[in-house]
Amino acid sequence: MGAAGVRYVDEFRDAALGRALAGEILGSLEPGRHYKMMEVCGGHTHSIYKYGIDDLLPANVELVHGPGCPVCVIPMGRVDDGIALALEEDVVFTCFGDMMRVPGSRGSLLDAKAEGADIRMVYSPLDALRIARESPERQVVFFAIGFETTAPSTALTLKRARAEGIENFSCMCSHVTIVPPLRALLESPDLRLDGFIGPGHVSTVVGARPFEFIPADYRKPVVVAGFEPLDILQAIVMILRQLAEGRCEVENQYTRVVPYEGNERALEVMAEVFELRPHFEWRGLGFISHSGLKISEAYADLDAERRYSVPGLRVADPKACQCGEVLKGVIKPWECKVFGTACTPERPIGTCMVSSEGACAAYYNYGRFAREREVV
Amino acid sequence: MASHAPVSDREQKILGIIETARGKRAKFRDEHINMAHGAGGKATQSLIEGMLLPTLASGSLLEMADAGSVEVEGVGLALSTDSYVVRPLRFPGGSIGELAVNGTVNDLAVSGAQPLALSLSLVLEEGLDAEELRSEIEAIAATARSAGVEIVAGDTKVVERGHADGMYICTSGIGRRDPRATLSPSALRPGDRILLSGSIGEHGTAIMLARGEFDLAAPIESDTRSLWPAVDALLGAAGPELRCMRDATRGGVASVLNELARASSVAMVVREADVPVDPAVAGASEILGIDPLYVANEGKLVAFLAPDAVDRALAALRSVEGCEAACEIGEVRTEPPGMVLMQTGFGGRRVIDQLVGDPLPRIC
Repeated sequence: MGAAGVRYVDEFRDAALGRALAGEILGSLEPGRHYKMMEVCGGHTHSIYKYGIDDLLPANVELVHGPGCPVCVIPMGRVDDGIALALEEDVVFTCFGDMMRVPGSRGSLLDAKAEGADIRMVYSPLDALRIARESPERQVVFFAIGFETTAPSTALTLKRARAEGIENFSCMCSHVTIVPPLRALLESPDLRLDGFIGPGHVSTVVGARPFEFIPADYRKPVVVAGFEPLDILQAIVMILRQLAEGRCEVENQYTRVVPYEGNERALEVMAEVFELRPHFEWRGLGFISHSGLKISEAYADLDAERRYSVPGLRVADPKACQCGEVLKGVIKPWECKVFGTACTPERPIGTCMVSSEGACAAYYNYGRFAREREVV
Repeated sequence: MASHAPVSDREQKILGIIETARGKRAKFRDEHINMAHGAGGKATQSLIEGMLLPTLASGSLLEMADAGSVEVEGVGLALSTDSYVVRPLRFPGGSIGELAVNGTVNDLAVSGAQPLALSLSLVLEEGLDAEELRSEIEAIAATARSAGVEIVAGDTKVVERGHADGMYICTSGIGRRDPRATLSPSALRPGDRILLSGSIGEHGTAIMLARGEFDLAAPIESDTRSLWPAVDALLGAAGPELRCMRDATRGGVASVLNELARASSVAMVVREADVPVDPAVAGASEILGIDPLYVANEGKLVAFLAPDAVDRALAALRSVEGCEAACEIGEVRTEPPGMVLMQTGFGGRRVIDQLVGDPLPRIC
């Protein structure tokens, strides 16, 4: 890696092209109309803040941050289960870095680490497997989270653990799938969205086809997009164009990476290692049918939830929390009853405040500043 | 036609609550110390402002400068102390011994004091390889010599195996306040310019990669070095126009900017395109999902000064070894007080907030 390693992306960050696209967006607006579109994926939200894309849009084009941050959607009860596992004697509990701050009902994994649990941050499930290989006297548990983007790497890791006969490795599977929560959002009668920026990373695995139900059943445009700033602006142009022309379909802006039919090999591996849970709880959205993955019977011996007994207690989202409504675009963050008082980035209650990219955390940090944008 | 988006009364009220909370001294309410309390962000701030400052209640501490002030019969002295905890002990570009000297020297230097002498405390782990210790002591001696300071006092403790990661080092330093400038974190004025002495993120990235937790290799070396020559040059070129300097260690340049924006009740605007980042650091940060603005440096300073002194200051700074890439990265504004904004290379704006915890790699 080096200079050449990052240079290939520069063409997707060209400020002059960005201004041209912003101009195109301005030109395709119906005067007086307020547009709300949801970027489904947390990666998009990250890019939007990183590059200040919001700031290039007129104020009547509003981006609503969707449920696609895999860390923020993990409910409190699951974090508690993870902590319970981490506190087991002999266990080395491994997870992705940004999972460590997510609050459970009595603190986060970071707090559990402070209390003595052996919790280690890994960058990939293979790193967790390496720790297991190197410390045969310890039990290594990997807290698997994420959408279809990260699920194949967990699946491959489990296959490798099996192939190498590594018995001190297991996985607490909290993988989720993208379509059910989108359907749940769309089913909501109070939804206020005009279109969707489809999740680019997830789509590299599942393809663009699974999103066809959105235009077919709910009459909303979807544009699967990449993560560079120009990708996102172009996706917004494409959605606005569909709206202006009265079209409504799935378009793929991210053709350089996303095959319309997805990655067959990744899907096969997932099908072998995982099966759908009947239902899974999402922070802020509640229980959603067939939205979570668990480890299949064939790999049951590598399932941490079967190897250990976890409390498995459901911890209800705090009553006052209105993350669900924020996610649906029904209310703005500041309209939530606990926003800015009981719920702050230092002490988050709901999913939207947990990650710095959640809608509420973003508004808390940048809100005053965002008001300076202009309306067309 | 363009107009500002309307702000309702209720929204205005909420924004007011946030603003008040932001300006308030942080409270410390945690039950245990966790790693975030050591990361240099909001949690560290809550520990310092919520527990240490009110309990210790010293005027010089309240300034929260990198070094405290003592006056002895009309001579202004600066006093600073720091503990060094790093794994691995040696890393590309340096070692814990070099850090222990340069770190304290730099805290004195950026406070506008010429470093004179250091004390050295070693906490050693039972079983530490004597050769490893010897090479660190030699590194300490060599670094002190080149920084022009003497080690004049010391202490040694040994703790049981399993503690202290091999060794911890604590150094304290004393320096003489330089009469050419009066610096204070609260001295920033709207219109002041922000200078950076070189490219950012090298030390923290080098350490992260040296730990071998990520399967990444890149030719990145720690930038550890004494900043006194850079400070000396700045004092000479722009002394009275200098408002404040900071070395951008833990928490990176972003944390320095936020601390001073709060201390002076000003806003800052930084131009992303003007912040130098080595391509290898940019690449590693991109892959790890970390922003180099929050990554530790051990030989970079941020200086705030009046606009008419910028050219002189930059010319002087660039003639110092290790500061050839020094540049102006932004300026101080009035509104919104306490906030740091970034003009992104792509043409948008974003807020550079304080770190909430450790800069953790993100997956999504």
